[in-house]
Amino acid sequence: MKVWHFSELAYYPAWKELGAQLRNVVPSRLCDPRVAADLYHRGLDEWALCDELGLNIMVNEHHATATCIDSVCTIQMAILARETKKARLLCLGMPIGNRFDAVRVAEEYATLDVISRGRVEMGFVKGAPFEVTPANSNPADLSTRFWEAHDLILKAMTTHDGPFNWEGRYFQYRQVNVWPRPYQQPHPPVWLTVNSPESAQTGGERGYVIGSLNTGYVRTPAIYAAYRKGAASKGREATPDRFAYMAMVGVGRTKEEGYRRADQILDYSRTALRVGAQFAFPPGYQSVAATAQALKMPGYGAGVATRSITLRNGRQVDPDKATVDEFIDAGICFAGTPDMVFDQMKEFHDHVGGFGHLLMMGQGGHITHEDTVDNLTMFSKEVLPRLPELG
Amino acid sequence: METLDVGGIPVEIHRAGSGPPLLYLHAEQYVEQARPHLDALAKTWTVIAPRHPGYGAAPVPADIRSVDDLAYLYLDLLDALKLDDVVLVGASLGGWIALEMCVRNRARLSKLILVSSAGVKFGGREERDFADLFYLPDVEAFPLLFADPKRHAPNYAALSGGQLEQLARERHMLAHYGWRPYLHNPGLKRWLHRVDLPTLVLWGEADGFAKPSYGRSLAAALPSAELKLIPGAAHYPGIEQSEATIRAIDAFGRT
Repeated sequence: MKVWHFSELAYYPAWKELGAQLRNVVPSRLCDPRVAADLYHRGLDEWALCDELGLNIMVNEHHATATCIDSVCTIQMAILARETKKARLLCLGMPIGNRFDAVRVAEEYATLDVISRGRVEMGFVKGAPFEVTPANSNPADLSTRFWEAHDLILKAMTTHDGPFNWEGRYFQYRQVNVWPRPYQQPHPPVWLTVNSPESAQTGGERGYVIGSLNTGYVRTPAIYAAYRKGAASKGREATPDRFAYMAMVGVGRTKEEGYRRADQILDYSRTALRVGAQFAFPPGYQSVAATAQALKMPGYGAGVATRSITLRNGRQVDPDKATVDEFIDAGICFAGTPDMVFDQMKEFHDHVGGFGHLLMMGQGGHITHEDTVDNLTMFSKEVLPRLPELG
Repeated sequence: METLDVGGIPVEIHRAGSGPPLLYLHAEQYVEQARPHLDALAKTWTVIAPRHPGYGAAPVPADIRSVDDLAYLYLDLLDALKLDDVVLVGASLGGWIALEMCVRNRARLSKLILVSSAGVKFGGREERDFADLFYLPDVEAFPLLFADPKRHAPNYAALSGGQLEQLARERHMLAHYGWRPYLHNPGLKRWLHRVDLPTLVLWGEADGFAKPSYGRSLAAALPSAELKLIPGAAHYPGIEQSEATIRAIDAFGRT
C-alpha cells in the first residue's frame, strides 16, 4: 500500500466572510497575499516532510476559490521535484479538458518527470463541474475534448523521431515535438479520477490507476466493480495498485486528539461544495437525467443547492452538521488512535475489495501546522508499517 | 412533428397552418412554452418550425457543431422543401441562425423578423452584450428573461420529469452552440450589409438579457430594418406577449 499526503491549501481565513459561496464568485480582495505566502510555504514544508516519513505526495488544482489556492498544480510539483528525493509526486490532477494547450501540458509533465528523475505520476482529470467557468471551457463537450487531449499528450510524450502532425477536432498543431522526453519510459503512470461506475469502467479498459474521492461505503463498491469489469473486458488483471481511495485521516495519541484533528480537516468536506448550483451543474457536464434531477433540489436556482453525505444505512446527513463518527460511518474519514485508524481502514478496504493507494488528506481546513506534522508523523510511524497486513 | 432527412441529418419539423410560408427558428430555451405561440401563428401562416439538432430526443450529430452548421442545414431545408418568398422569423438563438443564413443566401427569403436576436457583438471587450446565463442563478436570471417571472418563468417543482429533462437538454444545447464566443460570431458584424431584405427587429421592452439598446444597434447595423418594442415582454415576447408579437409579425410580413 502506498500512502499519499494531499492538501488543497485552503484559504480558510476568508471562509467566514464569504459564507455560503466559496467558489467562482469570490473576490480576490479577500486573499491577502502575505497570508497566502505563509500558507504556500507551510503546505510545501508539510509535503517536503513526507520525503522523510516514507509518504508520497499528491497535489491538485482548483480555480477562483477560497477552498484551494493551488491554481497551477505544476508549480507546487516543480518546487517539490527539486526539494524531495524519494517521494513519488502525484498530480491528481491536471484538468486537460480545460487546458487549451495540450502540448504545453506534455512539456510540463515531461519536464517535471526529468527534474524529479522519474518520480511523477500523471493524473488526467475532467475537473470538477465548477471549474468550467473560470476556464471558460465548454461543459457540453468536455468529455470528447478530454479524450482528445489525453491522446495528444501521450503521443507527444512518446514520439521521439521528430515532429508529427495533429489536426483534431479540438487541438491543431502541425509540428508537435516535445523536449525533454519523459524520464520514465514510455511515459509516467497515468491516473484518472472517477466518480461513477461508467468512468471507472473506462479506466479499467485502459488499465489506468483510478482515484475515487470520498465516494464512501455506499458508492465505492460499484465503482470498483465497474473497473474490474472494464479491465476484464480487455484481458487485464485489476491488481490492487490500480485502485486509489481518498479519505480524511486524523491520528492522535488519544481518540479525542485524532477526532479533533479529523474534525478540523473535515472542514474540507463541509466547504468543498459551497458553490452556486449553476456552477455545480453546468449544462451538459452531467447527463440530462442528472441535471433534471438537480433542478428539483431544494435551493436550486436560489444559490447553493442542498448537499449531503450518505451513511452506511443510506441515511443522508448534511455535512455541515455531520459528526466525525458519521463521516467515519460514511467511509469519508478514518480517525482516532493508530489502532482505530487501522481498523477503520481495514473494514473499508475489505468492504470495497481492496485498494493499493490511500490518498490521505492529512491537512485540510484550519488544522495547524504543528497538528498536521504530528498527524503525518504518527501515521507514518504507527499506521503505515501495518498496512501490508491489509493484503 | 415529422422527421425530415435534410442532407443526411434527421430534422424534426413542426408544420401547421395555411397561408404564406413562415420559417420559425426557435430560441435557446423554453421551446415547449413557445408552442402556443406557434399554434397561434399557424392561423394566418404556414408555419415550418424545425427543432434545432440536439433539442429533441435524438443526440446532436457529431458534425453539427456550430450555428454556422445550423444556417447551412436550414438553407438546405428550404431547398429540400422548394419554398420561395419565405418570411424568416428567428427568436434569440434562432435570430442568430437567421442572420447567418441571410449573409450566406437569401434567395428563397422575402422578409426577416428578428425577435430579441443574439449573434452580433456590438459592445467593447469588457462589456457584456448578453447576460451570462451560465453564471447567474435563476433567481437573478429570470427577472432579466421575463417581464413577469412569477407567471412565466418555469417552476421546477411543478414540472414533470420529462419537462425537466427537456429544460436540461435545452441548457446543454445552449452551451453546445453558444458557450464560446458567447452567443455571437465575432465576424458577423462585418457582413451584416448582406442582410439586404426588409427586416423587422422586435424587442421586449423589459428585456434584461439583451437590452432594447442592443436591438437598436442591431436594427441600425442592418441595411433595411426597423425596430419595434413590445411592452410587457422581456426576452421571450412569443411566450409573454404572443398576440402583440403576432400582430407585429402580421403587419410587417403581409405588407
